Amino acid sequence: MNRWVEGLRQLRQYPSAVAGALIILFLIGLSIYTVIAIPYGQALERWRGGAYWERNPVNAEPIWLDRLTGGNLPKTFTVKPDPDTVASEAFPGGRRVTIPLDFSFDAGGFPSELNLFLDAEYDERAPFVRLTWHTPDGRSIPLGSHQVGHHDRIGLSRDWDLERRLGNVPHVGLFAGPDPAPDPQVLDGDYELTLDAILFEPDASLDANLVVYGQVHGLAGTDHQRRDLLLALLWGTPVALAFGLLATAGTTITTLVIAAVGVWYRGWVDAVIQRLTEVNMILPLLPILVMVGTLYSTSIWAMLGVVIALGIFSAGIKMYRAMLLPIREAPYIEAAQAYGASNARIILRYMIPRILPVMIPTFVTLIPTFVFLEASLALLGLGDPSLPTWGKILNDAQNQSALYHGFFYWVLEPAALLMLTGLGFAMLGFALDRVFNPRLRTQ
Amino acid sequence: MADDPLLSVDGLRLHYRARSGIVHAVDGVSFDVRRNEALVILGESGCGKSSLAKALLRVLPRNVQTFDGSIRVDGEETMGYAEERFRQEIRWQRIGLVMQAAMNALNPVVRVGEQVAEPLRVHLGWSRQRAQARAREVFDLVGVSQDFLERYPFELSGGMRQRVVLAMALIAEPDLVIMDEPTSALDVLTQASIMNRLKRIKRELGTSFILITHDVATSSEIADRVALMYAGQMVEISNAEHFFHDPAHPYAQALMASVPRLHQAERPEHIPGEPPSLADPPAGCRFAERCPKRFGRCAEAPDMLTVEHDRSVRCWLFRYGGNL
Amino acid sequence: MSTQQPLLSVEDLHTWFELRHWGFLRVGSVRAVDGVTFALDHGESVAFVGESGCGKSSLARTLLGLHRPTSGRVVCEGRSLGDLGRAELKAYRGRVGYVQQDPYGALPPFMDIGRILAEPLKVHGVRDRAERERRIEAALAEVRLTPAKTYTSKFPHMLSGGQLQRVVIARALVLEPSLLVADEPVSMLDASVRVEILELLRRIRAQRNLTLAFITHDLSTVRHFADRIFVMYAGRIVEQAPVDELLEHPQHPYTQALLTALADPDPDNAQRERPVPGGEAPSLLHPPTGCRFHPRCPHAMAGTCDVEDPPRFEPRPGHHSACWLHR
Repeated sequence: MNRWVEGLRQLRQYPSAVAGALIILFLIGLSIYTVIAIPYGQALERWRGGAYWERNPVNAEPIWLDRLTGGNLPKTFTVKPDPDTVASEAFPGGRRVTIPLDFSFDAGGFPSELNLFLDAEYDERAPFVRLTWHTPDGRSIPLGSHQVGHHDRIGLSRDWDLERRLGNVPHVGLFAGPDPAPDPQVLDGDYELTLDAILFEPDASLDANLVVYGQVHGLAGTDHQRRDLLLALLWGTPVALAFGLLATAGTTITTLVIAAVGVWYRGWVDAVIQRLTEVNMILPLLPILVMVGTLYSTSIWAMLGVVIALGIFSAGIKMYRAMLLPIREAPYIEAAQAYGASNARIILRYMIPRILPVMIPTFVTLIPTFVFLEASLALLGLGDPSLPTWGKILNDAQNQSALYHGFFYWVLEPAALLMLTGLGFAMLGFALDRVFNPRLRTQ
Repeated sequence: MADDPLLSVDGLRLHYRARSGIVHAVDGVSFDVRRNEALVILGESGCGKSSLAKALLRVLPRNVQTFDGSIRVDGEETMGYAEERFRQEIRWQRIGLVMQAAMNALNPVVRVGEQVAEPLRVHLGWSRQRAQARAREVFDLVGVSQDFLERYPFELSGGMRQRVVLAMALIAEPDLVIMDEPTSALDVLTQASIMNRLKRIKRELGTSFILITHDVATSSEIADRVALMYAGQMVEISNAEHFFHDPAHPYAQALMASVPRLHQAERPEHIPGEPPSLADPPAGCRFAERCPKRFGRCAEAPDMLTVEHDRSVRCWLFRYGGNL
Repeated sequence: MSTQQPLLSVEDLHTWFELRHWGFLRVGSVRAVDGVTFALDHGESVAFVGESGCGKSSLARTLLGLHRPTSGRVVCEGRSLGDLGRAELKAYRGRVGYVQQDPYGALPPFMDIGRILAEPLKVHGVRDRAERERRIEAALAEVRLTPAKTYTSKFPHMLSGGQLQRVVIARALVLEPSLLVADEPVSMLDASVRVEILELLRRIRAQRNLTLAFITHDLSTVRHFADRIFVMYAGRIVEQAPVDELLEHPQHPYTQALLTALADPDPDNAQRERPVPGGEAPSLLHPPTGCRFHPRCPHAMAGTCDVEDPPRFEPRPGHHSACWLHR
């Protein structure tokens, strides 16, 4: 036991070890927070997309990224009706309601989208609504009339007619000056979208939310399905760590035991293990995983299983065997046989503990290998499609040609986290190597 | 110059840095070796004798803290030599070295004949034929059949490998050969055989030997003089007659008493205690703690005192004319 | 010596090791122990002397139960080793203690002394912790490593060679064996420590009436610590006798050569060469025909020694030697 304590104390001397440990602790902390704050089921559900995200902009970059470059791009905001300003006028057969949606706008860029969400309550006859846009410089632009269902979304940005009339896409044209110049400028000031609604039933009511979509969103931005990337970045952390840890533990422990068994029993047992290992080492891991993923299943557990199975008979067996061979010849092993210790006892308690200290740095530096492997698989489209992971983000980004469109954050954010993980484990691992492998020390 | 001893060492010190502090492996060692003489440096493990062998031939570790003193070869001071000059003139040509477990240090993928001949070709530029011819000669000298010139080290037994290594040390006809535990890993009969060889080589070639060992019996096989080493220092340097029949230093006496003898009925006695650590040697006489004859003066470190011809002892007992 | 049954009786024991390529191709057999017969009485101290390759270590391993005999019998308390089942073999191993040559390698470096000494007890089912501690303390006291508490928490790298060997002996004693097999127990220790350890073994043997079997190549230590000597060569016992008798009147040419080659420290040794038989130790894979020593023996008689193996003769009472010279 003393050796471990002594080892840890020595570890503190290395700044790289401390840095690496801090990074890993940060990642672990992040994982714990994520798992508690956004439970698994909920995360999967949200990640599927759909109505949950409908109030997020598409492909919005992170807010801090814009502010760092001195920009002032608009954030998404919702305009709700102020009950005091709603005017209601009854008439035979119904009611006429005027709902003004007022807001002021003075951002450094145009909104990315305009959607009007209408919720109407009625029994049989749907209300009717007429929309008018009022700009700060006094223009009034009619936006058309609609019959409103129980839940309606009017995509003002996709009104081609409006676009033609304005000479620009609506979310630009409605916020620009009167001359539809080729280089429109944002017109700052107070805007109003007026809804003239006619309700045909006394109990009918109408609620309207105007969502002015910004160009920036949150800490991480959004993707093509309006999903907040932060969800996948956060949830990718525990998945990456868990996969890395499980795969490493599974392969390392099994490899160790098999190597020890081979060294102990020698003869044909050892020969068979070595031949199996040599054949397996030649087999290419990634193409086999691609095959399994394509033909069988892409569930993350299947991937993990195959990775471990193929990883067991790997170069690790050769390395551990080389380390165990001289240990097997040690006099104390023979002494143990002489006092009647069983083979299992000798292997587990007398041989393997000799190489555990050496195994630890290998273990730690192996973890990011499997993390990258999982990300690579997801990037190739073989990851678990329902799981929000870093590799999945990269996969989506690639499919959506993120770099071509200039959405660099979409690629850089997961890449940065992958690199951070690799860096943290590598630094800790190499420092551990120097502690537990005294021969590597230079002094 | 002809009267000078072949090798004259004076105040040699070798200290090196270790994690536990500074190890005073060789701490002020002085002795001479004359022509055609075999000096045995006798000492137990941890006394610094292997470091002494390395120091004499400047095969130094990286973490050397102190390396000074005087090493004269045929009267000429060599401490000042640059590494290159030392390598070309002294090492292997004037002084050969057979290190501990050298038989395990043979290159396993080169035939032994070639290995033995190689230094002649590399250092002296001899042609292949000439070097091989000399290799055959020296194989005869050490008692290995010439058939083995073409064999690889793994095909030879331990005893034969040791002879091969001896051949490598002798091939340039050095005046002096330093051997560190040359026979400790070998069987009794093989040991005797090799010691016979050494005696013959000494007689026929006039080579001087420094034999470093912990085995008292082996030392008596060849020693003309014995230098007893303890905790980094020489404590007695005497000729063989004096040393084996009538040792002066209390440690020498205790050591002789602890050797089990075949033809003697008394049981050997062991020496209580342990040798001091070379990292932290005591201030006074280093053997005082275990010495049955210590007295007050022993708190001060004694010098080497010449008691009579060919007998020097590092012990206060002889300052006052103690028992001889 | 004693009238009771011998502790151990070895009858025409052969222990051969098969050489196989790749785990299954048979190439040949190394005949490490090739026809050995002797008996050990309770409380005896014997030495097996010979050079490397004579089979003494393989004999030791067979006695320890580490190798099954290839043929012949090792009989302990009426039962032959070859007949024992797994559990019985384990029990047998608990009755034979093993002291090895290399004190630095004989103890696992990652365990402290207390745990090292507890392992054999755990293996043999001593579950009670207090009982184990009691026996460990007793064993440490016997090897003079007291107070026990200061040693049980130490690790092997903190101890000197002599102390380590004491721990090895303690470990061999902790199961209270009837036989102690010591394979070159002091050859890796300093000269001044050797005597200490040998004395310790002598004392322990006397106290417990333990049977002691030394394996060594060093005849000079044997005189003071053994009652009987067996000289081994090429897997056979070539001579056996009580120790003084053997040292004073060696009968077999090999024994004579060994004794001549061994020196007591004497300055006159440097003046003369010793008569030493030439040649090398024989291969155990392809041993010489007839008497194994004949290629190196100064008295070899052509037509006899190279043809037939000599049987055991008794040239002097209680002193056996396998050499045609005695016919």
